[in-house]
Amino acid sequence: MTTEGTQVFAEIADPMDRVPPKAGRPAEVIEEHIVEIVSDSGEGAQRCGQSLASIAARMGMGIWTVEIIPAEIQPPHRSIAGASGNRVRMAAKPVTNIGDEADLVVAFNEQVLLSRLRAGEVKPGATILMENAWENDLNPSIATAYVKVCAEVREAGYNLIEVPMEKECQKYVPDPRKGKNMFVLGMLCAIYSLDAEKARAQVRYIFAKKDQRIINANIELLDAGRAWAEANLDIAYTIPAPPVAEEQVVMNGNAALALGTVASGMEVCAMYPITPATSASHYLSSIFEKVGCVVHQAEDEISACAFAIGASYAGKCAVTITSGPGLSLKQEAIGLAVMSEIPLVVIDVQRGGPSTGLPTKVEQGDLMSAMFGTHGDAPKVIMAVSSIEDCFHSVITARKIAETFNMVVVILSDAALATAQQPYKRPKFRADWLAPPVNQSAVPEHAHPYDWDERTGIATRFIPGQPNGMHCLTGLAHDRDSHVAYDPQINEEGLLNRSRKLAAFQKTLRLEPVHGGDEGELLLLGWGSTRGAIQEAVDRLRAEGHKVSSLHLKFLQPMASGIDKVMKRFDRVMTIENNWNDPVSDPLIDENNRRYSHLAMLLRSRWLVDVDCWGNARGQPLKPGAIHDAALAKLVQARGEEQ
Amino acid sequence: MTATMSQCLAQMVQTDYAMKDYQSEIAPRWCTGCGDTAILTAMQRLCRDEQLPPEKTVCVSGIGCASRLPHYMNAYGFHGIHGRALPIAEGIKIRRPDLNVFVTTGDGDNCSIGAAHWLHAVRYNMNMVVMLHDNQVYGLTKKQASPTSPKGLSTNTTPGGAMLNPLNPLTVTLGISNVSFVAQCVDWIPDLLYETLQMAYRHKGFSFIRILQRCPNFMDHHFDNWMQDPARTRLLTHSNGLRLKPEISRVYKNQETHDPRDMPRALALAALSDEVPVGVLYRNPDVPCYDELRAGERPSTPALVETVLNEEFDKVGIWPAESEQAER
Repeated sequence: MTTEGTQVFAEIADPMDRVPPKAGRPAEVIEEHIVEIVSDSGEGAQRCGQSLASIAARMGMGIWTVEIIPAEIQPPHRSIAGASGNRVRMAAKPVTNIGDEADLVVAFNEQVLLSRLRAGEVKPGATILMENAWENDLNPSIATAYVKVCAEVREAGYNLIEVPMEKECQKYVPDPRKGKNMFVLGMLCAIYSLDAEKARAQVRYIFAKKDQRIINANIELLDAGRAWAEANLDIAYTIPAPPVAEEQVVMNGNAALALGTVASGMEVCAMYPITPATSASHYLSSIFEKVGCVVHQAEDEISACAFAIGASYAGKCAVTITSGPGLSLKQEAIGLAVMSEIPLVVIDVQRGGPSTGLPTKVEQGDLMSAMFGTHGDAPKVIMAVSSIEDCFHSVITARKIAETFNMVVVILSDAALATAQQPYKRPKFRADWLAPPVNQSAVPEHAHPYDWDERTGIATRFIPGQPNGMHCLTGLAHDRDSHVAYDPQINEEGLLNRSRKLAAFQKTLRLEPVHGGDEGELLLLGWGSTRGAIQEAVDRLRAEGHKVSSLHLKFLQPMASGIDKVMKRFDRVMTIENNWNDPVSDPLIDENNRRYSHLAMLLRSRWLVDVDCWGNARGQPLKPGAIHDAALAKLVQARGEEQ
Repeated sequence: MTATMSQCLAQMVQTDYAMKDYQSEIAPRWCTGCGDTAILTAMQRLCRDEQLPPEKTVCVSGIGCASRLPHYMNAYGFHGIHGRALPIAEGIKIRRPDLNVFVTTGDGDNCSIGAAHWLHAVRYNMNMVVMLHDNQVYGLTKKQASPTSPKGLSTNTTPGGAMLNPLNPLTVTLGISNVSFVAQCVDWIPDLLYETLQMAYRHKGFSFIRILQRCPNFMDHHFDNWMQDPARTRLLTHSNGLRLKPEISRVYKNQETHDPRDMPRALALAALSDEVPVGVLYRNPDVPCYDELRAGERPSTPALVETVLNEEFDKVGIWPAESEQAER
């Protein structure tokens, strides 16, 4: 292999010429780094990133990982749209979000790197470790493209390091496409001074089902990557994290939703495949039968919801897991559950919409459709999850609310949490997480199936098998005996009691503390997966001396009391949401036609407060830096208006 | 001796439920002469004769005239939404093998808006009885063409006559994988309606009965040709099938001995256009039932949940350095 033309790093391109590792070379101490590993689909960059994060987490670092996913299963090789990989934020302290732009990128080809650069995901001047085999590709257009991009990248000021990954891997495996990722993992372990034995243990774990030959080959690659980096790279960092103090588990949001479902005592999950929700059902399918429960893959989204309603009706509350388009399809059935007061948990892992939208990308675009998507007045509980740990515990909470109030509870997660990994305190099982056994005792004579308690609106439901409880449940307006009724008063009695349940539940809610200070210039309000990024932005702004705070809402319907009082203690209020709002800079947009983000709309209508909103629907999680800048702009604008 | 004793016991239990025990306090509100009334009566007779505890019986329906039936039964009822009776019934059955599940649906409910669920329900073969009340018209919404409406039928949506050939619910059902029971009967021969329903109930699996049902309001005299000419009704008999009373046999002389395992013949009978076959077209008790396949080996208990959760947590666990070393 010739290394001519790779001017800067020609001297290190062939490690065989080099002396062995520089033992004890000084590593720069840093607080945190964001690393991206990007490749064509199927080259193992995701596994590499997840392993890097696992090793870092075992060393006590705070981590947050996000998958970089192409929309297609086999996108064209070496294409911008096909970039696949993982982004890992590693820090000395716990982290709650993906952070800002990447500090270091490992790219398996120059096209996938371009995809990340064009998306604005890489910090100016960042280090880029690039596979250099393309330079000598037999296809001259590939070689030319590679050289051209490398020159541009250097020109743009990035620290581009070309690495002979394939050439090195060929020393150990016949097909370097399988195994290159472990070589890269070894390199990254060297760069970030990660424990070698923990790294080997991770490799053994991920290949646990393979035979020993494969495990050994991968460990060899891992160690080779480390040795190569130590011998050839002059970048090395240490992220000084305290050792792990308590038992933790590390998983992504969808896995946490699946485990939360097991822990909630729900026994039936009915679903239909849809991105990005499906991986929760995949994982649940692999464990639910072990606890005597069922994941039913229905013929469509509607039947999945109807199936869950049937299972709930016959005993314990059931769950259906979906994403935006599925939520739209389920709406009529959700209305049936509301009307007939069957408990039901609906999990919506939101993605970009409308229509098919951005299936693999994040958006908080379903709040309004979850709340109002069903025709007629259909009160239901809407809650949002804001961390991986929250995904686990929220399912348990949702089941309890659903069965206590005989209501539909919608949990809103999103594509950002679905694949993001974060360690959290290992949950300790509690028997009261589970639902009690199905009530099969006799119902008192002459009891009514909808004997609404006027203080709470709650009626004790009768479950098939309970003697004397026979009645015909219906989606039609009905009286206390579940008899079809077209009488105006009876219709309103039903509406009132179904609405009362929401009000009764609302009385149990407590507002979470304000993050930052109790009063000030600007309050940022958010919900769902943006919590970590908003709070980090607030911390930065406060460190800069700005009186900015944030309030995060777990329950969107009903909302806890006291939000208005918090808002009044701030000069300005703005929601931060990962969804669409009309930009005021657009010449067509004014206060008469501006469409606000969902939460802003809700807050404005309930409390008559002039709530502004900031956010975007770019399909990417909001970054703390961008939120910081938006809040600062709002402060500057507000101060200008006051003068 | 034992048999005698259990027979005695069975007889004692049998005295418990009478017809009235299955009648709800709501009087049926179908039109005078509606075929649904005969189906309701057959249902109540079946429950009495099989001594089904009302609290263990669930009637599920969608939307339409037929789907009002659960309101008139003294049992648990689930009058759901248009087209979705089958997935609701499947959800009910999946964890409750102790419940007797009956589904009443119409030609619009089952063959149009809920058609996808119908195909898959046949394939799931869950243990339930499905009665398709086929009056070949939308009644509750006041006379629109249904998928089973005859070609040329003038309705509010087809004033010039329905242009397409009707869908045949029997041939469709027979063509689906895992089909295990398909029968047909007519509301105007109550004895055979009851007999067929009983065979459906006693079959383990998804028992699909198409019931030709009169709609005196919108399809008056539609079935007259069949009602007035007994030769156009072909009774399917078999040693293990319909038992014909002499008075029925005297009237309906067009009879055929049909082995319900004979699928090619079942398909040929289902496709008859000038005659109405009545009885069991197809029956295969050996098709696996999805509810049994998914029943699981053990019940869900708190101890089991705790064990499995901990196994999963262990796979992704991070331990304080000391304890991690201690484990090695």
